[in-house]
Amino acid sequence: MTFEKFMFYLFAGILILAALRVITARNPVHSALSLVLVFFSSAALWILLEAEFLAITLVLVYVGAVMVLFLFVVMMLNINVDSMREGFIKYLPIGVAVAVISAIEMGLVIVANFGPDKVPALVRHGVEYKNTESIGRVLYTDYLLSFEIAAVLLLVGIVAAIALSMRKRPNTKFQNPSEQVLVKKADRLRIVKMKTEDRQS
Amino acid sequence: MITLSDYLIVSAILFCLSLAGIFLNRKNVIILLMSIELMLLSVNINFVAFSAFMGDIAGQVFVFFILTVAAAEAAIGLAILVVLYRSKQSINVDDMDSMKG
Repeated sequence: MTFEKFMFYLFAGILILAALRVITARNPVHSALSLVLVFFSSAALWILLEAEFLAITLVLVYVGAVMVLFLFVVMMLNINVDSMREGFIKYLPIGVAVAVISAIEMGLVIVANFGPDKVPALVRHGVEYKNTESIGRVLYTDYLLSFEIAAVLLLVGIVAAIALSMRKRPNTKFQNPSEQVLVKKADRLRIVKMKTEDRQS
Repeated sequence: MITLSDYLIVSAILFCLSLAGIFLNRKNVIILLMSIELMLLSVNINFVAFSAFMGDIAGQVFVFFILTVAAAEAAIGLAILVVLYRSKQSINVDDMDSMKG
């Protein structure tokens, strides 16, 4: 067994165990932390495939942004863990059955069509190969339109997330700058005419 | 030597685990969202493996777009979850019956 193969099995094993932990953990915080481990090990698998740019992106975007968002929401909401777990045992047999059967089916298809004798072995690039550069070359030429659409999609995501979670609370005190700028003297100042009173002697 | 089928089998197992996770955690929307993220990750592993073994960089560009869409989806999903919790004080799937679905 070569060192590369050992690394592959190590990271794949961690990946599977952590994924198992994601779906079986009692506490949603533990699930989220196991999901972080899943993303890290799959980033390691991608580095074994010489996809360094995507591996770093996975760690930055998923572990750095998405999982922090998940953890934030999990900890912000007050979740009753026990009522969430009811039905776990009831659906365990059918869930395991569906998963095992579909795993066997997929495995048969994979071994029949993409077995070691069907697909040529991985061609390793030399030291001068730059993964980021080769992705950038096609991303900014052939896939430029898709890239721009992805940017617009992210903008839509920002607007939608803010619009969904923003609410007007009646007792919030805030300033309205446009009203402040447009205010007239007559709105604020009232001149009262009254007679002077005589001094009480 | 690691072959393509090794990567494909790992991602198939990951996909089936997330499928089982959707069955087992039917009450908890957060775990359901996490299972969907796992499914997308297994698809991404497939894409990267095929891209590396076929020598075509387009697969990795596609993974880039899937990551973008998945990040936007997670953000909007969690925003909907927060709004839901604010109105129902619970994220149990059984409480989401106001539309009699």
